[in-house]
Amino acid sequence: MNGEKNFQMEQSSDAKKVPKRVAFIKGRTVARVKKEDEEMVMTVPNLVVKEVIAFEMMIVVLTIISLVFNAPLEWIANPEHTPNPAKAPWYFLGLQELLHYFPPVVAGVILPTLAVIALIVIPYFRINLKREGLWKEDRKQTLVVLIATVGSVSVVLIFFEVYAMLVPTLVMTAFVLAPYFSKKEHGIVGWLGLRPLSWWIMTWFVINVVVLTAIGTLFRGPEWTWTWPWQEIY
Amino acid sequence: MKHVFDKLFESRVWRSIFRHGLPTSNRTRAEAVFYNFFLHVHPTKVRKRSIRYTYTWGLGGLSVGLFIVLTVTGALLMLYYRPSVQQAYWDMKDLQFVVSSGQFLRNMHRWAAHAMVAVVFLHMLRVFYTSSYRPPKEFNWVIGVFLLVITVLLSYTGYLLPWDQLSFWGISVGTNMVRAMPCGFGEKISFLLLGGNIVGENALIRFYVLHCFIIPVVAMVLMGIHFWRVRKDGGV
Ligand code: HEM
Repeated sequence: MNGEKNFQMEQSSDAKKVPKRVAFIKGRTVARVKKEDEEMVMTVPNLVVKEVIAFEMMIVVLTIISLVFNAPLEWIANPEHTPNPAKAPWYFLGLQELLHYFPPVVAGVILPTLAVIALIVIPYFRINLKREGLWKEDRKQTLVVLIATVGSVSVVLIFFEVYAMLVPTLVMTAFVLAPYFSKKEHGIVGWLGLRPLSWWIMTWFVINVVVLTAIGTLFRGPEWTWTWPWQEIY
Repeated sequence: MKHVFDKLFESRVWRSIFRHGLPTSNRTRAEAVFYNFFLHVHPTKVRKRSIRYTYTWGLGGLSVGLFIVLTVTGALLMLYYRPSVQQAYWDMKDLQFVVSSGQFLRNMHRWAAHAMVAVVFLHMLRVFYTSSYRPPKEFNWVIGVFLLVITVLLSYTGYLLPWDQLSFWGISVGTNMVRAMPCGFGEKISFLLLGGNIVGENALIRFYVLHCFIIPVVAMVLMGIHFWRVRKDGGV
């Protein structure tokens, strides 16, 4: 024992070289068995270089934008003089647009709270972890539930005259239904058929957020009436 | 020349700062990551698949990048800005017309703030559409949702600070929405937020403290947990 090793440790992320292990996967975790030897690369330089490139491109873009466009600054705040319309920053204009249709409690409190809660609970539903195509299980039952849901949502939207949400909802329902009527396995319809429930709900949510925010930002003028972006309002 | 650098990198002073040699072998490349405070958020090796630009679109990283830009430009803006009704607006005017590059600084802070709201939202969509919220990452998704809310609040509290018509009425509209909360909660919360019933001096100083201290600190703590969990759960 003179302290010298007469062997070398072999370290490898290559599953082919190191002894294989057996993994027991409990039913609870919805793990896809990964390909045995996922290719690993060193963080330095592979990842770090990419991060630096992304960061620098971001700085370049921000700099150009900041050189070309000036941040707005209007007249000094004047509590006596309410602009018409008074608008919140753009990321709240979807909500402000809802305020136009629903009572303030609904638009300002209930709907945003529900949206945040809905986002939080996504990973805690088994159906969102499995992510099977919407039509995979009982097709008839799915159809009934779908029509009932879309029907009741539409009734509410018609009652409050929220056509800005009604139209996207109905257009989207057509897409949801496409795989039910056409049994094609390939192409767009086949792809749609594989979309899970959570995918449809999230996409519906995102489309509505985008549409409402765009309307609130670009198409609303004095008294929150419909105004084209090219009509001067101020 | 190369000789000089080699000497430098071998010197005791250099080695006391960076404890490893140049990242020329896999060993030193690994050391470059785990001996470095900033890089040690990363593992020494990453999956090739998970660092493709087209998988994450770099959106989480860009959110961090924007936060850094906002911290730097924000600190510089704080040098010129006084949060009082008498001065706030005129300080903005000074930034535009007196301070060198003041307008540019303001623009950078403003556009980065808008971009961050959008980028964080897009990052959430990327995580959703790649189903990256699956166990064991459920709770990191939840932290993410809080981060989204925090990002919006950060942007929103900053919106009042220029004290122009846009900010004043933007905040008035928003706090009126808060008032709609039932059982008198709305009144209470909006009073707490504004330090009164109207958007005035108290509201400005409250929004200033929230914007420059409280919310950024909360955001940094949440981000720390977020990145730590990304790493523990086998991400980058
Ligand atoms: C200030 C805001 C945020 C920052 C700075 C941030 C940063 C990051 C970073 C750097 C990553 C590493 C991978 C990547 O770049 O995509 C990541 C991953 C992740 N983020 Fe965020 N994030 C933020 C907000 C959010 C939000 C709003 C959500 C969701 C609601 C979220 C959920 C997640 C999850 C679940 C992962 C793990 C993804 C995976 O393992 O593929 N984050 N985040």
